[in-house]
Amino acid sequence: MRLFDTELKALREGIMAMAGVAEEMIELTIQALAEPSPAKAEQVNLLDRRMDEWELRLDQQCIDLLALHAPAASDLRRIASSLKIIPELERIGDHCCNIARRVAMVHPPILAGNDLEQLGTETRGMVRRAVDAFVGNDAALAHAVILSDDSVDALYGKIYRDLLRIMLADPLCIERASHLILVIKNWERIADEATNIAEEVLFILEGHSAKHTYLHGDSVE
Amino acid sequence: MLTPTLPETKPIKLSVRNMAFSYGTKKVLDGLSMDIHAERVTAIIGPSGCGKSTFLKCFNRIHEVSSTVNVSGDMLIDGVDIYRGGIDEVDLRRRVGMVFQKPNPFPKSIYENVAFGPRLFGVTDRSSLDGIVEDALRKAALWDEVKDRLKESATGMSGGQQQRLCIARALAVNPEVLLMDEPCSALDPIATAKIEDLITDLKENLTIVIVTHNMQQAARVSDYTAFFWLGRLVEMDLTERIFTTPRVQMTEDYITGRFG
Repeated sequence: MRLFDTELKALREGIMAMAGVAEEMIELTIQALAEPSPAKAEQVNLLDRRMDEWELRLDQQCIDLLALHAPAASDLRRIASSLKIIPELERIGDHCCNIARRVAMVHPPILAGNDLEQLGTETRGMVRRAVDAFVGNDAALAHAVILSDDSVDALYGKIYRDLLRIMLADPLCIERASHLILVIKNWERIADEATNIAEEVLFILEGHSAKHTYLHGDSVE
Repeated sequence: MLTPTLPETKPIKLSVRNMAFSYGTKKVLDGLSMDIHAERVTAIIGPSGCGKSTFLKCFNRIHEVSSTVNVSGDMLIDGVDIYRGGIDEVDLRRRVGMVFQKPNPFPKSIYENVAFGPRLFGVTDRSSLDGIVEDALRKAALWDEVKDRLKESATGMSGGQQQRLCIARALAVNPEVLLMDEPCSALDPIATAKIEDLITDLKENLTIVIVTHNMQQAARVSDYTAFFWLGRLVEMDLTERIFTTPRVQMTEDYITGRFG
């Protein structure tokens, strides 16, 4: 295997490892929120340092590959997109921390049903599938991730409206509801980041941008 | 064969249709069709022996000087057939200048190198020649470096200067097309950068076709890139498209270094 291919493989494996940490943080965040568990919330915070370390290391690997090998075509697309996927993963870690630090502030629960858990698990599924699409070079899966963002957005909207109603009905719930609004916003942002990763996967595989499709008349469907 | 699909505002300067070329029984180029637009830089890339340089030489029939060759199909300049359109080959070589891999100045003064072509075409009076020499050296971004030593031998110049002198020599007869066969392969990065800047300046008035083994050079200087393999055109497209999203897997494999 050529040196370049070896280094490209190392970059890909690094991104997979970073994505693994992101998925672990999401899982811990879901558990920390549901139980509630300050210990798991603290674990999320500790893992964020590893995400930051990965970001610096992988960014440098990308820059080195660009500077030393002058890649072209699909190699160039993979490295350019990696430079965008890496900060998306890092932000997923930041959003998990934002949720985890509110674990103590949203209990006892004020939301009926399991919408909050569902928002977490749907978001987790999007991130997992986006990463799988990257790992498996799976364009169909990336398209499916982009489409599933609407479902998370709808659930976010429903919970948001529920929280408004709860606040109007009971001012004692306003503080917890305010924190919950931030919690669901962070989940919704993580789903957006999964969408962004899926768009980068499509750029790598198909060679044209899957972003802002209204500007180029294409449909992601 | 794939050709560009995006709209182009510049007219077609050189047109090739189903062109084939052979030395005796050896077929070097086959089934080539492409359009080369005026005031654009078109790069030809491909592995050694794929026929890039041969293709370049066909545009000014310079191969006829040394070999028995057979060219079939159409090669047109401004719509007139280069081989069968009644074009005088000396005039063709004035219109279609060429710069080679290794700088090849004449063992004469800097001035005489540039004045050689115009003299050949009948310019004799000194002030006209002075004007042509200065103009060509300025266009080749060499004037400021040599204006005080025009009478010195060209062979004493650096390699990069010699190559720009060869470009000035080609420009002195007012060509419409400039063919460049790996013009920077013998030059250091600074001299290469000067030639590349020059190519960008010259394309305002010239059609430039450049053969290069340096992928990054093709990416930097050209508007279009054509990929040749075994004497055939595999793919031609806008350079940015060739280097980001080529349509043919063989092109992708070549420019990413996995083949060739």
